[in-house]
Amino acid sequence: MSDEHKKHSVKSSPPPVHGLLAEYDTPPQILHAAKQIRAAGITKWDTYTPFAVHGIDDAMGIKMTILPWFTLGAGLTGLASAILLQWWTNAHDYAWIISGKPFWSIPANVPIMFELTVLLSAITTLVGMLILNNLPEPSHPLDQVRRFARVTDDKFFLLIRASDPKFDDVETRALLATTHPVAVEAVLEDRVTPERMPTGLVYGLIIFAVASVVPFALAAKARYTKSSSPRIHLIQDMDSQPKYKAQRENSFFADGRAARPAIEGTVAAGDARDDDHFYQGKDGPGWARTFPSEVALNEATMDRGRQRFGIYCTPCHGQIGQGDGMVSRRAESLQQGTWVAPTNMTLEYVRQQPVGQLFGTISNGIRSMPAYAPQIKTEDRWAIVMYVRALQRSRSGSVGDLPPDARASLK
Amino acid sequence: MAISDVNPFEAPPAGDNMFARITDNVTRIAETATPPRAWYIAFGFAQLLLLMFLGSLGYVIWNGIGAWGNMMPVAWGFPIVNFVFWIGIGHAGTLISAVLFLFRQNWRTAINRFAEAMTIFAVVCAGIFPGMHIGRPWLPYYMFPIPNQMDMWPQFRSPLEWDVFAVSTYATVSILFWYMGMIPDFATFRDRATTTVRRVAYGIVAMGWRGSSRQWHVYERAYLILAALATPLVLSVHSVVSFDFATAQLPGWHTTIFPPYFVAGAIFGGFAMVVTLAVPARQFFGLKRIITIRHLELMNKVIMATGLIVGYAYGMEFFVAWYSGNKYEVFTFVNRAFGPYGWAYWTMISCNVLFPQLHWFPQVRRNPWATLIIGLIVNVGMWFERFVIICTSLSRDFLPSSWGYFVPTPVDLMTLGGSFGLFFTLFLLFCRYLPMVAMSEVKAFSPAGLAHGDH
Ligand code: HEC
Repeated sequence: MSDEHKKHSVKSSPPPVHGLLAEYDTPPQILHAAKQIRAAGITKWDTYTPFAVHGIDDAMGIKMTILPWFTLGAGLTGLASAILLQWWTNAHDYAWIISGKPFWSIPANVPIMFELTVLLSAITTLVGMLILNNLPEPSHPLDQVRRFARVTDDKFFLLIRASDPKFDDVETRALLATTHPVAVEAVLEDRVTPERMPTGLVYGLIIFAVASVVPFALAAKARYTKSSSPRIHLIQDMDSQPKYKAQRENSFFADGRAARPAIEGTVAAGDARDDDHFYQGKDGPGWARTFPSEVALNEATMDRGRQRFGIYCTPCHGQIGQGDGMVSRRAESLQQGTWVAPTNMTLEYVRQQPVGQLFGTISNGIRSMPAYAPQIKTEDRWAIVMYVRALQRSRSGSVGDLPPDARASLK
Repeated sequence: MAISDVNPFEAPPAGDNMFARITDNVTRIAETATPPRAWYIAFGFAQLLLLMFLGSLGYVIWNGIGAWGNMMPVAWGFPIVNFVFWIGIGHAGTLISAVLFLFRQNWRTAINRFAEAMTIFAVVCAGIFPGMHIGRPWLPYYMFPIPNQMDMWPQFRSPLEWDVFAVSTYATVSILFWYMGMIPDFATFRDRATTTVRRVAYGIVAMGWRGSSRQWHVYERAYLILAALATPLVLSVHSVVSFDFATAQLPGWHTTIFPPYFVAGAIFGGFAMVVTLAVPARQFFGLKRIITIRHLELMNKVIMATGLIVGYAYGMEFFVAWYSGNKYEVFTFVNRAFGPYGWAYWTMISCNVLFPQLHWFPQVRRNPWATLIIGLIVNVGMWFERFVIICTSLSRDFLPSSWGYFVPTPVDLMTLGGSFGLFFTLFLLFCRYLPMVAMSEVKAFSPAGLAHGDH
């Protein structure tokens, strides 16, 4: 609108009348007035009060709002979407077993159904209230009336709008006078609202609008272009760690290897195993026939051997080494035909083997029997050999082998 | 019931404009240029605690949650104790607003607004702890069903997931309820504003409310519906929280008594927090005529009643443990009272069961400072209740070889203490800038508001 026109409209005719406003002091007065106005057949009117005055709905003949139906609809939608959500995600799209619970059952899904029902109903109730009340309503002709500011404090008002078919400046005033108001005042249509937004606000909105597009633009650019630099990774989650992994290249060393080879002529601590007798059970090219000097041939070693044998050998070879351990018995009972029975190590041919060879069998494994060197310490392997020897001896002994005082117990 | 017709005011002097007096009383706090010195002192103190909170959370984010004392077997430790403690506090507000509204307990109008505010701030504090306890606090969205490239969904058969929905729904609905209740009061603030900033700011949040009776009609209906929705909700939240424990097989947790026991405890602790805040607030903000001794007395009665329920639950747990004949259950409860955490157990019993009994004496429950002290004691007791439930059960379960003893680290204590800083900061800002009392409701239930004239 041109400046010329604006001046003209303000100067010439005063703005049209919006309605007549009457003021009251107490709830009983406004209730009384409301009844009278309603009885007079006025239709376009309203009362304004600092709080919900008890009984005003009846006095004004306000019909029950449809809001509860909004809430009901939202509640049912919430319930249905909770059922659908849980069924689709947990029982259909990605079904997986957890704690042996069924993929889909009502009881486990009730809490979420309840929560979503309440959530949607509550949001809808508030939004529905605002929509039905035509809120937010930034401006209203009543805002120009000074005394109306006390409507949110302690005064009660009644407005008859000019749009009412029975409205007539003189008659309506007379009608209002019969309700004993404190004051009656004409309310004019709101013409003072500026036609243009303040410049600052306009620029602010433009800057905000442009700025709010930037993140989306950046995301879109990243989505549709290629880049050789690593992605932006705000939180590292230990993804990159300052260390070299196996097979990685290391530019620091001339050969480029991150894993360094041993320096020539050196051995890592504890790796010098040049005692063949002790570590290999060998004596020259053949198996050693004696225990190495590192192994003490005494009661303690024997006990250690029995204990280790119990842990590592009995599952297959059984308590006395005859090849009837639990694993073997179970395998036999399954009768799958693939099981190689563990050897009875008290057999003559095993008994004839030198101790070095027994040590070798344990360390390196033999045919279907796996190697135990990685699991059992060298000393312990020798201890087991010692115990195996004792077992073998026990299966071929005679009464003459027992000490004289123990012989009596056999009789 | 007699308490429903308690008036927030004593008999008014003749010719007194009661509505204006209520408006003045409440708006003065937000409109005065300088709040009382006590406000500044409290706010400064709250800021220090808040700083400690942010510092300790930053430390935990940077170093990982190993900075806390959480360990095996007590993996839940302080964060979950604090979570359950705060979420429990956040029950009184909605209970007062919704349940007492449905029961037409009109005395609630004096205290409902700031009880609601307290609820929301407590839920804010509560939400932070599980958010941090997940270990990577930047990934909390994993808990929500957001479509993603991994095609993974939350596991809806888990009570922990129910908890996510229960707590976030509760927070949302509480905020809606609180906000809707404040709309007419914001309009009052807007209409009294003397500066443009105030007029615009309160004008935006008041959404153009002008008190039309046709709008009041829809508004009241909406308020009633929200109250009806919030009532089962408030009872469900702590029930769901208790499922986190009750559905586990751990002795001391695996009991059906948990949901009602937790809800009663929450109301107990929540009301204790309301009186703890109400006593100084009415003292320093001149609200003694709106929040009267009668109100404090009624709240103390609720505290006593719920305290007795909680005491009954403590006893019943022992009875059921013995009656079940399950030796692990029996051991757990004997261990609770006489084991390494016995000190915590007896702190809980004395704070929650013994001290509230003082309220049998009218002199005590009508005395604001006694009310305040017992309120504080109950708060301590309720914190220890959660500590006892979580730490004693977890620290000694089935196999003695996996037992342990949880000891909090200084960071634990700083996060707990600091969370009070956040709570009080929010609460003090609320007191200063928002309508602390539901003016329109208090007016409606004042003698002048209830008057019907010649009809
Ligand atoms: C996993 C089962 C298993 C375990 C454990 C096991 N063995 Fe064997 N062992 C076997 C089997 C099977 C054979 C026979 C291999 C074949 O004939 O293919 C065998 C063979 C043997 C032989 C006979 C070797 C030969 O020269 O014929 C000896 C001695 C022996 N085991 C000793 C031991 C000792 C000592 C241990 C404990 C350190 C042990 N085994 C642990 C399965 C086992």
